[in-house]
Amino acid sequence: MNFNKNLKNTALILFATLALSACAAKKTSNKDLNGDVYTGKDTVEYLASGVPDRVFFATNKTNLTTAARETLRKQATYLRKNKSLNVTLEGHADERGTREYNLAIGERRANSAKDYLMTYGISGKRLSVISYGKERPVNPDSTPLGWSQNRRSVTVKAN
Amino acid sequence: MKIFFFIFFFIFFQFNAANSLIKVDITRGNLDPLPIAVSPLHVDPNSQSLKDLKIKGLGDKISEIIENNFKGTGLFNPLPKDAFVQNPDIAHLKPRFEDWRLIKAQALVTGKILVKDDKLKIEFRLWDLTASKEIMALAFTTTPSNWRRVAHIISDKIYERLTGEDGYFDTRIIYVSETGPKNRRVKKLGIMDQDGANTKYLTLGNELVLTPRFNPTNQLVTYLSYFRNLPRVYLLDIETGVQEVVGNFPGMTFAPRFSPDGKKIIMSFAKDGNSDIYTMDIETRVVERITEHSSIDTSPSYSPDGKYICFNSDRSGVQQIYVMKSDGTNVKRITFGSGLYGTPVWSPRGDLIAFTKVRKGRFYIGVMRADGSGERLLTENFYQEAPSWSPNGRVLVFYRETKSGANGEGFSAKLWSIDITGYNERKLSTETDASDPSWSSLLSK
Repeated sequence: MNFNKNLKNTALILFATLALSACAAKKTSNKDLNGDVYTGKDTVEYLASGVPDRVFFATNKTNLTTAARETLRKQATYLRKNKSLNVTLEGHADERGTREYNLAIGERRANSAKDYLMTYGISGKRLSVISYGKERPVNPDSTPLGWSQNRRSVTVKAN
Repeated sequence: MKIFFFIFFFIFFQFNAANSLIKVDITRGNLDPLPIAVSPLHVDPNSQSLKDLKIKGLGDKISEIIENNFKGTGLFNPLPKDAFVQNPDIAHLKPRFEDWRLIKAQALVTGKILVKDDKLKIEFRLWDLTASKEIMALAFTTTPSNWRRVAHIISDKIYERLTGEDGYFDTRIIYVSETGPKNRRVKKLGIMDQDGANTKYLTLGNELVLTPRFNPTNQLVTYLSYFRNLPRVYLLDIETGVQEVVGNFPGMTFAPRFSPDGKKIIMSFAKDGNSDIYTMDIETRVVERITEHSSIDTSPSYSPDGKYICFNSDRSGVQQIYVMKSDGTNVKRITFGSGLYGTPVWSPRGDLIAFTKVRKGRFYIGVMRADGSGERLLTENFYQEAPSWSPNGRVLVFYRETKSGANGEGFSAKLWSIDITGYNERKLSTETDASDPSWSSLLSK
């Protein structure tokens, strides 16, 4: 009886351990990465329902991915509907580059987003740009996943 | 900041420049540092005590600063004081050479201090114990509050006498002081003596500040500030505290550095996704465009003769180092090794360019000749960058960051230095975390 109870407990503990490790595995899995571009939603905020505020980039790259363009088209639609709204595009880099080059690459990322919004009819006067380089990571984790979440351009309401 | 008031006189004694037997070779990694005894300086009993300076123990403190400087070079091995065989006052008059040789010392420093009429008078002598003779003797008079600087100047004089090269102890380092969590760092400009003493903060931390750099000729500093959320290059006079934005650019300016004559600032200006290099004359305010290329051009640094500029560009597709004439013509790529190259800085001696290299996820600080040949990687780590030269071109200071976890735990940023031989890597002591160091010129030159 006692032996049986012990066995049961062991089984429970085993089960719990398995469940925990599954959890941990999920957290560190890179299923939210396409190449090294972040595709998940963990850090994303919304300008309005269904309008994500940010797009992500590959390491050392500043061109927009298909997913980024889709997000920016939603932002353009939203900005066309809200004509009095101005936004700031905040460009960021991950911590794996030199500080000065990262400032330049953040500026270029934010401008990639700005240019795309302009091709969808948003006046450049409504769009300002700032680069923070690697100074404002959204995820401090020194992992490929953390870095992918930090390589971003975020559209922030300015008024 | 208070004006650094300082006077000193070089004086006489028999200055015997004849060849001595001891000589320290600093061109190679030194695995056999010179044993040197730094005797506590003898305090003249006629000295008057001062309100904010304890005269008792001052001789010991000065000798400790000198020892600490020497230890930091890796070239000298200061011997423990408990083995010393002679009282400071007597040794200063005439050491018993054979006794000092017995404790294996090859050089001996002695000195004397007198504080009188609000003046600090310090004299010191350097003795070659192998040749049994005095090889240097100097005296300084200054305001007593400058006593630490005198210790550094004495260190420089001895270093110069024994190595044949300029010293770098009477210098300061400006850097970015960092506090707070990794994703919300508070950054201030910090300044300290090269040995970590006399730390002062020049900004309050209300806005993000980055990449301060010393003017090689005066007390001006240029840096990047996000004041009013507009990232712009600023000029700061550290004596008066007056600061001003540099130029009138309709976008981000960054990566500033002074020209070797101190008259111009060279920097990047970013607009519409493109960063190019510009200069501004500090006096006339005339702005000149140096590069015009659709790639990112940044991190410019002049050669010490002002004729060339090395810089970082991704015009080849990835970050590499280029050299051009200072008018922007004759652009040549100099790095072709595997990996990325950034933050080129020209040595004040002109012979080498220091850089950061990124390869297979690791960061290296290295040096190469100005044509890109002779690359030598000095140190490898998880993350480090932004080397800055000691004024004699023998030591680099840079910053290093550690890996952190999901909540930023384990993260740190510290200043480190390394000899260009690749030896003698050392962590600098700073009150807070620190990054973006810039080494000043010798203050007393």
